[in-house]
Amino acid sequence: MADIAQLKKTATQIRRDILRQVHSCASGHPGGSLGCADFFTALYFDVMDHNPAFNMKGTNEDVFFLSNGHISPVFYSTLARSGYFPVAELATFRKLNSRLQGHPATHEGLPGIRVASGSLGQGISVAIGVALAKKMNGDPKTVFVLTGDGELQEGQIWEAAMFAPHNKVDNLIVTVDYNGRQIDGDTKDVLSLGDLEGKWKTFGWEVLHIEDGNDMEEIVNVLHKAKSMTGNGKPIAILMKTEMGYPIDFMVGTHKWHGAAPNDEQLARALAQLEETLEDY
Amino acid sequence: MLQDYISSGKKATRDGFGEGLYELGLENKDVVALCADLVASLKMQKFIDHDPSRFIQTGIAEANMMGIAAGLAIGGKIPYTGTFANFSTGRVYDQIRQSIAYSHKNVKICASHAGLTLGEDGATHQILEDMGMMKMLPGMTVINPCDFNQTKAATKAIAEYYGPVYLRFGRPNWPNIMSDTKFEIGKAVIMNEGTDVTIIATGHLVWNALEAARSLEAQGISVYLINIHTIKPLDNEAILDAVSKTKCVVTCEEHNMFGGLGDAVANVLSRNFPAPQEYVAVKDSFGESGEPTELLAKYGLGIGDIEAAAKKVMARK
Repeated sequence: MADIAQLKKTATQIRRDILRQVHSCASGHPGGSLGCADFFTALYFDVMDHNPAFNMKGTNEDVFFLSNGHISPVFYSTLARSGYFPVAELATFRKLNSRLQGHPATHEGLPGIRVASGSLGQGISVAIGVALAKKMNGDPKTVFVLTGDGELQEGQIWEAAMFAPHNKVDNLIVTVDYNGRQIDGDTKDVLSLGDLEGKWKTFGWEVLHIEDGNDMEEIVNVLHKAKSMTGNGKPIAILMKTEMGYPIDFMVGTHKWHGAAPNDEQLARALAQLEETLEDY
Repeated sequence: MLQDYISSGKKATRDGFGEGLYELGLENKDVVALCADLVASLKMQKFIDHDPSRFIQTGIAEANMMGIAAGLAIGGKIPYTGTFANFSTGRVYDQIRQSIAYSHKNVKICASHAGLTLGEDGATHQILEDMGMMKMLPGMTVINPCDFNQTKAATKAIAEYYGPVYLRFGRPNWPNIMSDTKFEIGKAVIMNEGTDVTIIATGHLVWNALEAARSLEAQGISVYLINIHTIKPLDNEAILDAVSKTKCVVTCEEHNMFGGLGDAVANVLSRNFPAPQEYVAVKDSFGESGEPTELLAKYGLGIGDIEAAAKKVMARK
């Protein structure tokens, strides 16, 4: 059984890490990162069977791909807190000669990253390739991928969405960060996603929901349920409703913090809302 | 020596790819193939018939194909993607750039129907910019073999090299002149050593350059002829060695004059051994429908064009 209280503590520390990373370089994407901190914590500290002694192939372990690479701060903090690389390295985020590039990359050899992402729409395709390789290799583990909801406006997403059910890629779990916001505003205004559940179902996916993507217990339960449904001939999509900027009072309810860093005063206000549960880096 | 290169008959470079892929599939179980609804055009059926479990049909979805290929490479496979050159490059440039090149994935991007010799389908499909796009990607190897045998050998050789490769070939039946066993990435083939003019050719134009060289030799002009199948990394040493002897060069390619072989050679020469150069290449235009040899003639890529360029560049020494 997952220790929900401990997972929540870890997620809180990851949120502190996110804010301190983007504040330190005065750039980056805190909004989506904060919204997905619970999801990342659940994946890496409970759901995935993974090995922080990183190897690129990911043989016989669950692997994760971040398609919406701009939420790199939450990815980096999660990897560091999981033991992939020293937590102190988070201080180099977005700075010269760092392995922690603005968007995730393999080029500098950061453990835990298997492909670059940032240009949107590509992660599900890559995850499908890894899932197919696992099947060819007789590897029973699962491939996870997270995409943004605004990202679903990219055409390649739907090429991948059509491919996976046709080819019974059933060792694949796609989670959509369904926060309803993107850079230029709310997705319903920029380019409506319409009936998202209907779209995935019509393409042939098994669809699950996380109604509150900032409720650790629900995330853990649904992710475990999804994992138990692999191997049944269908890929799985999870529509996870999150709140961009959660739980910082002045960051929620707006798309403004998608790609803006807090200043000194804002950082102090935000950190005051997040207990230092593990040690700050 | 020029007389060593005799055509054993006409065969398509894409057939060389299909044969090479099939033989590679027998030898190397990590090799997998992907295709975006062009199996017959890419000659991939023989590979598929041998082992359908290592073939992935993506449908007409090239962006997804490139991403899947990157993922297969992460999983330890050696993926060969197959579609037309146009859809292997321009259509999916960003996918190749991020998921394959920047991420240094061991994907072999195999591109048929490149250049004007695609023929009747016309300019929508006749990509003349692909080598330029691909050679600008850091870490990308770019190969444009000249005939069936060289394409077959290249197809097998690139599996032995770890890293992304763009392998460009074409549609028409074309004289088959090279060895089908020897292929070294980045190593130019010296077809003839001469003293008056260097001709460096790639792809289908190697045959035209060979015919032009024969004609020039008959006129008493000594030609240093290089078959440069690898555009990147370029065999700088072979180029400088030849041009230091002849003091002038003609480059020949079925590609736009901007960004292709000619510019790559000019780059090396300007920094090391400045020398007069003439380009036999498409003069910054799109193509059109027609028969392959008609098109090569109309766009200035014929045997006579190479001869004329050789005489012109010699006069500039």
